[in-house]
Amino acid sequence: MKTNDVILQTATKVVLFIIVLFSIHIFFAGHYTPGGGFVGGLLTSGAIVLLLLAFDMKTVSKILPVNYIHMIAIGLLFSIGTGAGALLFNVPFLTHAFGHVELPVLGDTSLHTATLFDLGVFLVVVGVTMTIIQTIGEDE
Amino acid sequence: MNEIANIAIIVLIIIGAFLSLVAAYGVIRLPDIYTRNHAASKSATLGVMSILLGTLLFFYVKDGFFNSRVLLGIVFIFMTSPVAGHLIARAAYNSGVKLWDQSVQDDLKNAPHMKKSASKDQ
Repeated sequence: MKTNDVILQTATKVVLFIIVLFSIHIFFAGHYTPGGGFVGGLLTSGAIVLLLLAFDMKTVSKILPVNYIHMIAIGLLFSIGTGAGALLFNVPFLTHAFGHVELPVLGDTSLHTATLFDLGVFLVVVGVTMTIIQTIGEDE
Repeated sequence: MNEIANIAIIVLIIIGAFLSLVAAYGVIRLPDIYTRNHAASKSATLGVMSILLGTLLFFYVKDGFFNSRVLLGIVFIFMTSPVAGHLIARAAYNSGVKLWDQSVQDDLKNAPHMKKSASKDQ
């Protein structure tokens, strides 16, 4: 039976941007307030799962042509690269550096290499969650 | 914290709690899934929205801290909760849940796409 999902799909199109925006906010707020890579990644994958609920799997993979297994690998590379980068400066593995940088638009911004580690966590969480859900959800 | 804001916050929180209670009471008392869904999705939405608005005002008046995430939560609940109610009711109707035996009107019964699922149930 062909169902009519206009209400769900329209609501998804509006709500999706709020969820993605909030997950990015949670990701960047992780250093000073509750949040971080794990919750941010779960929220982002929740947004993609909402897309999967409202549309079918082929449409979603057309909208987001991402290979989630590669995403896990890239996330692990980010995390291990942040740790190994410390070895180049003759300090122990996983030593982080931070400082204030004058950026062109944002002005005085405090940057920390822990954010890169968190980005790795974020990518791994999104990749693992989406791999699990797509593997279970596939019926062909 | 001035008195008017105090009273507004108290009234908002109490209205929100009362509406959530009304929603819970409606879910217990009403006869079938559609009327329960009506009570739960409407009353609880407004109840949670007033509680969140009261929280937003409280922290804005007390600490001068405007928490935009609470505002986003109000907008989010306002958009998603009725959609969730609609989907639950539609899923119930499509899977053949009976209406209350004193219902007088069922406009969807003769809709063309409903006939197939109705004949499947019998």
